[in-house]
Amino acid sequence: MLWYVVAIGCFGFFVFPFILLLLAVFKSPAQAAATPAQYWPNPFSFGSFSKLFGPTVDIGHYVGNSLLVSVGTVAGTVVLTVLGGYGFHRYPFRGSGVLFAALLTILMVPFQSIITPLYVVLNHMHLLNSLVGLTLVYMTYQLPFGLFVMRNAFSSVPSVISEAAEIDGASPLRSLWHVQLPLVVPGILTVSIFAFIAAWNDFIAALILLSSQSNFTLPVELLDLVTGQFGVIQWGVLEAGVLISMVPCVVLFLVLQRYYMGGLLSGAVK
Amino acid sequence: MPRLLRSRSAIGVALVLPATVMAVGFFFIPLGLMIWMSLNRWPMLGARAFVGATNYDSALHDPLFGHSLVFSLEFTGVVGLGLLLAGGGLASLIAARRRGVGLFRTAYFLPVVVGMASASYLWLWMLNPSVGLLDRMIQQVGIGNATIQWLGSTGLAFAAVSVMTLWKLAGFSMLILMSGLQVIPDEVLEAARVDGAGRARQWVSIKIPLLRRHIALVLVFGVAGSFLAFDQFYIMTNGAPGSSTVSTVYDIYNSSFVNFNLGYGAALSVIVMAILLIFSIVQLTLVRGGTE
Repeated sequence: MLWYVVAIGCFGFFVFPFILLLLAVFKSPAQAAATPAQYWPNPFSFGSFSKLFGPTVDIGHYVGNSLLVSVGTVAGTVVLTVLGGYGFHRYPFRGSGVLFAALLTILMVPFQSIITPLYVVLNHMHLLNSLVGLTLVYMTYQLPFGLFVMRNAFSSVPSVISEAAEIDGASPLRSLWHVQLPLVVPGILTVSIFAFIAAWNDFIAALILLSSQSNFTLPVELLDLVTGQFGVIQWGVLEAGVLISMVPCVVLFLVLQRYYMGGLLSGAVK
Repeated sequence: MPRLLRSRSAIGVALVLPATVMAVGFFFIPLGLMIWMSLNRWPMLGARAFVGATNYDSALHDPLFGHSLVFSLEFTGVVGLGLLLAGGGLASLIAARRRGVGLFRTAYFLPVVVGMASASYLWLWMLNPSVGLLDRMIQQVGIGNATIQWLGSTGLAFAAVSVMTLWKLAGFSMLILMSGLQVIPDEVLEAARVDGAGRARQWVSIKIPLLRRHIALVLVFGVAGSFLAFDQFYIMTNGAPGSSTVSTVYDIYNSSFVNFNLGYGAALSVIVMAILLIFSIVQLTLVRGGTE
């Protein structure tokens, strides 16, 4: 009994902010700005959403930017880590162990601490203020985890299967595509969900590497609502935007929970 | 197929090449450049000049950087300790085999998957004294009557951002510590119980020593989430009041992208990396400590 009291108490702490948010976004913009704050939407209103998607804020544009960058990061990361993980496991070469370890060091240097030179390098490559440049940066920082996961995924494919394909004369890429890939789908899902969540949620790199508003991703654009383009923070509109920024991650997590937690723990235990 | 690709090593090199090129371009080159930049006066626009260790010398005498370092280290201490305590508590809570435990685990973990920026906007609103609900709830419960400017003073802002960060990250440390608790054999704990060891004794003498690697991992990630904190302070406090809640990464951001002094920002980044390196070495020694 005591267990449930404690468990439900903690449940309240972790979930209550989400519930308040869900209630807040259905208040009318006027009610959302009222003092003292009220719990229930009265009347129930989509006013905050229509302002959010309306022509002045036009959040759809920034959601689009975020989707572009996140989906691009997932696609790029999957391609690079499938090829790399396959190579590192199946075709080791002299120095490949050292190279693998070197690539893992990216994990030790979070990009908050390297953002200044990264800015200079991107500037040099004409990739500043570019969604492509931002995507390439996100991909790079997903590489160590992704290579680690994919190398493990390929090493759990029975070697009999790979050898049979090679004896039948399949080229490495054919064998990868037709024989191996279906067997490493769980690894690909793990890599994808981490890449998506990291790219979708990033704030600091987007804040620094993007300069024109039309390129902003969702978390950076929300800052405009906080600083109040019109001098006043429109809380209802901001909270509706926050909800939209949270939905894809929560949905992905709930659907792919097994791969997310599995991926975390596989990285943790080794 | 070209002849070159017939050899197995050539195939291996070709497969890992794309990832390696990306890592060189966007990680290893910036890493090297960072050290070179830190030895130069490197304005955003205008002429650069080699200045040796001048940037490091300025950093040592820069009260803003010093303050941000102390502030971030304090924040790291509070959040790191909080993550271990909250994570350990939650982990032992959900290690129990009970109905509904999966639901609770998912709920506690939920804040981990939303963005730090999104979470900051959410808490910024909840903490707001006029439109947020936290003050209203406190008044209704009857603990206090005044409206509280949570982000108005350094101490309260520090506390509020710490609680928010724990809310966001506790589920993560819970998951790691839970995976450690699950591999402790029941017989070991059973034997301890038979010998009369209470709960506290079991934690101190059995669980914590066996969880050493997991604890180190929580700390590694906790440090990344707290010593390198930026989003929370940028969004929730803006560094205010004054610049008392400017974290270290925030100070680097200001140096490089507000004052456009990229060389100085790079020098501060090198110092931060050195501190992170010390953290890792300490943690690795702690992990290895008992196994030998």
